[in-house]
Amino acid sequence: MTRLPITKTPKVYVGGAFIRSESARTYPLKDAAGNFFANIPQCTRKDVRNAVEAAAKAGPGWAKRTPYNRGQILYRLAEMLEARKADLADALAVGGASKAAAAKEITATIDRLIYYAGWADKYEQVLGNVNPVASPHFNFTVTEPMGIIGLLAPEEAPLLALVSLIAPAITSGNTVVALASTAQPYPAIVLGEMLATSDLPGGVVNLLTGYRKELVPTFATHTHLRAIAGVANAEERKALKLGAADSVKRVKLAQAEEPVDWFSDQAQSLYELRDHLEFKTTWHPIGA
Amino acid sequence: MFNEIGTVDQVGIEERVAKYTTRSIKKGSKLFGLKLAASMVDLTTLEGKDTPGKVESLCRKALSPSDDPDVPTVAAVCVYPSMVRHARRALGEDTPVRIASVATAFPSGQAPLRTRLAEVKAAVGDGADEIDMVINRGAFLAGEFQLVQDEVAAVVEACGEATLKVILEVSELETYDNIRAASFLAMRVLRPNDFIKTSTGKTTLNATLGNNQVMLEAIRDYYLDTDTPIAMKPAGGIRTAKQALQFLIAVKETLGDEWLNNTRYRFGASSLLNDLLRQIAKERTGAYQAPYYFSEAAESY
Repeated sequence: MTRLPITKTPKVYVGGAFIRSESARTYPLKDAAGNFFANIPQCTRKDVRNAVEAAAKAGPGWAKRTPYNRGQILYRLAEMLEARKADLADALAVGGASKAAAAKEITATIDRLIYYAGWADKYEQVLGNVNPVASPHFNFTVTEPMGIIGLLAPEEAPLLALVSLIAPAITSGNTVVALASTAQPYPAIVLGEMLATSDLPGGVVNLLTGYRKELVPTFATHTHLRAIAGVANAEERKALKLGAADSVKRVKLAQAEEPVDWFSDQAQSLYELRDHLEFKTTWHPIGA
Repeated sequence: MFNEIGTVDQVGIEERVAKYTTRSIKKGSKLFGLKLAASMVDLTTLEGKDTPGKVESLCRKALSPSDDPDVPTVAAVCVYPSMVRHARRALGEDTPVRIASVATAFPSGQAPLRTRLAEVKAAVGDGADEIDMVINRGAFLAGEFQLVQDEVAAVVEACGEATLKVILEVSELETYDNIRAASFLAMRVLRPNDFIKTSTGKTTLNATLGNNQVMLEAIRDYYLDTDTPIAMKPAGGIRTAKQALQFLIAVKETLGDEWLNNTRYRFGASSLLNDLLRQIAKERTGAYQAPYYFSEAAESY
C-alpha cells in the first residue's frame, strides 16, 4: 500500500495560536527550482488588527515579568532553534539558500537570541541612571517598554533579519506584530512553531505573512502601535512616516535600497534595545 | 401557562441567532448601526463603590460621549437609587438623557414587597425617569406565577409616570421556556413601551443572542396578539461594537424598524460605549484606534 503524503499547511503564529488569514486567502510559494511548495496565508489589515489586539492582551503580563525571566525565556527560544536546526535549514533551502549559507544564517540567528537574552537583565543598569541634581533629591531615570511594536522584515535573510528585529523589541517587555518576508515567508512559519514551544507567552510575538502593499498602510496608521521598525523602500517609508506622524509613533527604518549586513556585529547592539524604550525620570526627596 | 403561550424550540433559536453573526455590515450601514447603538446605551454604574463624583462624571460622559458632534447622547444613565438625586443634579431638569434607577432590592429582589415598593417610590421621587425592577425569581421557580405578576403590577402602579423595566434575570431562570413564560407574565401587566430586560449584570451569564431572541419573539407574539408594543433591554456582557450590531440585527429581523430606536430598545452596559466610540472613530478616520483613547484604562498597553 502506498502512503499518501502528509503535507504541512503553513499557518501564521498570532496570539499563541496558529491561524489562517481571516480572509482565508493564500498566495502560492514556489521553491528555488520553481516548483509549487505551499500556500502561504495572505494576511489582511484585519489580521493586523487582530494581531495588535493579541499583542495588547499579552503586553502587561510580559512587561511585568522580571528581566531575568525574560532573559531565560529568550535563551530557551534559542535552545528551541538549536534543537531544530535541520528544520530551519530545510525552510531556508526553499528560498534557495545553500547548505552552508543556511547553516551560517541559523547559527547567527541563535547567537543573536543569546546576545539579547544576556542583555535582558543588564540594559537597565547601562541605560538607566541616577542623576546628580542641585537639591536634596534622589533623581532616577529608568526605562519602560513602549508597548506594541510593528516590525517590517526585509526580503533577504528571512530568518536572521526577522529575529534581529524581534529580539531587541521583546527583550525589554514590548510585544510585536511582525510582517515576514513576502518572497521567503516559510522560515517565519517554522519560527512560529519554535516560539510556541519556547515558554514565550502567546501574543508576545505575532507573525504575519502577506503582501506589503496591503499591510504597510495599516502598520502606518494603527494608533495602537507605538513604534515601527524594520526595512522599507522609499514609497513605504513615506507612507509610514506620514501615518506615524498622525498617530505619534516612533519610526526607525533601514532603507530597502541599501544592503544591510545582518551578520555583522553592528546589527546587534544595546542601542537596538534603546530604540524601543521610553525613559522615565522620577524625583524622590532625600530622607523622606 | 406554558400550554397557552407555547414553548421554545431551543435548537431553532440557536440556529437562528448563529446566522445573525454572519451578516456583513459595512461602511454607511455600519456607521448608522454604531451611532444607533450609541443612542441606545443605558450608561451604567452599579457598584458598591459608586460615589456622587463618579456618577457626576458618568453623567457628563452621557451628555457628550465624544468630541465628534455626530455622536448622539446616550439614552440614559443607570444608577442605584441613592445616586438618583446626584445624577439629577449633574444632568439638570431639561436634558435628553434619562435617569434610570435600579430598585426593588436589586439585584436579588429578596426584600419584603413593602420595602421594594417604597424604594421605587423614593427613586421616582428623587427624579428617576425609569425604574429597573427585578422579578421574584424564587417565586417564579416555585411556580407561584400569580405572585410574580401581582408584584410586577404593584411596581407598575408605584412607578407612576416613570417607565418600568422588568429584569427577568435569565441566567437564574434556567430554560428558554421559563424565559418566555416570565416575559409573558411581565408583559401582561406592563404599559406600552415599558421594557423587559435580560439581566442584572451581577451573575456570570448575562445577555446572549439566544435569550435576547427568545424575549424578542415573546414581544413579537404579544404585539401581534394585543397590539401592545413592549420594549426590550439586553444587559450585561455586551462589551464590543460587533456584539451590539449583532443584537441590532436580531431586532431588525425579528421586530422590524419600529423597534430600532431608543424608546423601544436599549443596551445596559458600562464599557460598550467606549468600544462604540472607538469603532466610530475608526470609520471616520480609517485608522484603527488604540482603546486607551476611549477608556480610563491606565495600562500603557
